[in-house]
Amino acid sequence: MAERVLMKGNEAIVRGAIAGGCRAFFGYPITPQNEIPECMSRLMPKAGGVFLQAESELAAISMVYGAAAAGVRTMTSSSSPGISLKQEGISYIAGAELPCVIANVQRGGPGLGNIAAAQSDYFQSTRGGGHGDYRTLVLAPWSVMECYTLTAEAFDIADEYRNPCLVLLDAVIGQMIEAIEIPDWKPKVPPKPWTTTGAKGRPANVVNSLYIIPSDLEEVNNRIQARYKHAAEHLTRAQSIRTEDADVVLVAYGCSARVCRSVVDMARGEGIRAGLLRPITLYPFPTREIDALAERGKRFLVVEMSSGQMVEDVRLAVEGKSEVRFYGRTGGVVPAPAEIVEQVKAMAKASSGSTTVNRQPTTVN
Amino acid sequence: MHQEVVMAGAGGDGIMMIGQLLAHAAVLEGKNIVWFPSYGPESRGGPADCTVILSTDEIGSPIASTPDVLIALNQMQLDKHAPTVRREGLILLNCSLAVPPKDRDDCRVISIPASEIAEKAGAVKATNMVMLGCYAAVAKPVTLESIIKALPEVLPAHRHNLLPVNELALQRGAEMGVG
Amino acid sequence: MQKVYERPESMADVQMSYCPGCLHGTVHRMIAEVIDELGVREQVVGVCPVGCAVFMYEYMSCDMIEAAHGRAPAVATGVKRVLPDSVVFTYQGDGDLAAIGTAEIIHAAARGERITTIFINNTTYGMTGGQMAPTTLLGQKSTTCPTGREAMREGFPIRVCELLATLDGPIYLARVAPVNAAGLVKTKNAIKKAFQKQLEGRGFSLVEVLCNCPTQLKVSPIDSLKWVEENMVPYYPLGEFVDR
Repeated sequence: MAERVLMKGNEAIVRGAIAGGCRAFFGYPITPQNEIPECMSRLMPKAGGVFLQAESELAAISMVYGAAAAGVRTMTSSSSPGISLKQEGISYIAGAELPCVIANVQRGGPGLGNIAAAQSDYFQSTRGGGHGDYRTLVLAPWSVMECYTLTAEAFDIADEYRNPCLVLLDAVIGQMIEAIEIPDWKPKVPPKPWTTTGAKGRPANVVNSLYIIPSDLEEVNNRIQARYKHAAEHLTRAQSIRTEDADVVLVAYGCSARVCRSVVDMARGEGIRAGLLRPITLYPFPTREIDALAERGKRFLVVEMSSGQMVEDVRLAVEGKSEVRFYGRTGGVVPAPAEIVEQVKAMAKASSGSTTVNRQPTTVN
Repeated sequence: MHQEVVMAGAGGDGIMMIGQLLAHAAVLEGKNIVWFPSYGPESRGGPADCTVILSTDEIGSPIASTPDVLIALNQMQLDKHAPTVRREGLILLNCSLAVPPKDRDDCRVISIPASEIAEKAGAVKATNMVMLGCYAAVAKPVTLESIIKALPEVLPAHRHNLLPVNELALQRGAEMGVG
Repeated sequence: MQKVYERPESMADVQMSYCPGCLHGTVHRMIAEVIDELGVREQVVGVCPVGCAVFMYEYMSCDMIEAAHGRAPAVATGVKRVLPDSVVFTYQGDGDLAAIGTAEIIHAAARGERITTIFINNTTYGMTGGQMAPTTLLGQKSTTCPTGREAMREGFPIRVCELLATLDGPIYLARVAPVNAAGLVKTKNAIKKAFQKQLEGRGFSLVEVLCNCPTQLKVSPIDSLKWVEENMVPYYPLGEFVDR
């Protein structure tokens, strides 16, 4: 067994990024992600890369845009309010078909909200967030180990799809310490003939998201959408835990998936066959995996630290074939396993007597 | 083995440090751990607490909503966290600064004068170590040897002159636990 | 036969879409000439603004990036930091640089980024239809201050060179007005000096170019040049503000 080292989630993001070939980081302070720029400022220069604290999130993401145009693996990080500010640049990066990685350590919202863990940026993360017809590819780690590996991989994914890749975590995953085994990581860097590095021995390159002729812009949009279609086929990832014989399948990601992992064992301890489907990619969403479970008559309880965002994707996947219920806490409250066990019990009880499909969300705040 | 412990004191008490020390000791023993801090907008002072979950199995929830163990260094933190401890759990308190809760007869409550013990051991700052040593002896999440072995990893290099006093404080605490 | 005038290598062989009499094309050409004269075309990465010069990337034959409105100095920072041997310039108008991009230009200057900014001040948002700019003069009419800019209503115009001159990061700050023969020569010289300063690698350089907008001023090209001289130069004095 490789040596296990203790590491904070936010630090694992940094070490994973450097292992993934990131050589330029541009950030701005905001809690609860401050360990990322702080750790970057120590480690990035040692890796021969650039660390720069920008004057704002707007500037930071534009610096990322510049570094990405220059062909360097680059990233920024922030927490919810700061990610809102970065949307301008993220849209430009998507439009200019540039790769980059963004880490969002989600906190409570809306507005200034608070600094506790939340998952209320799911829509913003998976629907694009900024203006225009684009998406960010979204990876959702649920452990410190995955903070490392998924961030490292995010750079390969961003390069492959020439699209921003978002690592979506929350204050709990970012702040917690776990033991991890540092993997050997070899970045896969494709050739980048489109970079603006000085037109030496080749025609000049332009990095741009402006296409004034509508049919030209439509062509760009089609190209971008084709990449998302490819991603849906090849990138989608989810983890199934004890879903095989489950009557109730919990669907959760990140911190709430960790809580649901406890719920599965607790419910089974009380004689209820519960399982967990954990989306690892939130966009592309594991629609097919959920649909397959729905086809087999599984019923779903979606648990989020939001008032119900991912549940919409689950409903789209289930298409009315089975029951989908929702349980959420908001404002930075992490649901306790016992609360969710009660929901699972109620669901199991309802199924034994009634076949009514409840399509209304059950929100408990 | 699965144990969820909340450690609570004031900023400067070394709460985060004993949490991390326990985490390092658990890693030495090949156990799974999660350490999670509470953190506020204030940079200094105020309450400080952290959660450590140790397990020989995969750890689900990183938040201990009904912890098995509470280690409380002062009255305010004891009052705040004592009601969350699970039934038949363990409450370990520093009776130099707190009086035992009246309404937790369902828990095992251990009161030790940790501040005085630490002072006698050579440094009142090592109160946190007395509490950790006692907890290790009572609940046996890890061995005292593992904690002592992990001490140099957690104590910053320029504080290694304090290794002996911390070790002594851990041992004095442990003696309270077995005694 | 001796060739006395030709298209610079750094300039693309395309027709520009600027209005008749506009100085943008003239300043583009000067930048291209300077790049050629310094022999750095293959190291250049230019960053265009949002505004009239948004299509500048089509007119240059060096690598170019189109930035979001006002963010060109941040984009240029990203490029220069990862490619320290490149020659990076931004080309920005007054709305781009002195309104929406104020933070970016001030901080790029304060950090002493080794980049060069060519700042076109024509007191108006030309492309969007002649709205009030941060540099619109007091009393000057625009489509969003139709009775003329009033200090107590719209505030005062911003003097960018003077503002940036308070910082330690810039090593060259100059204001020029290519509205007559002498002004054209001085403009070219200032642009060249600004690029040379970048090559020295000691800090930030900026040239503010007072320009005309005959379309929004609704006057002839010749009269628009006179307008710059008579109205802008008194408020925006010409000269070198920092040279170190």
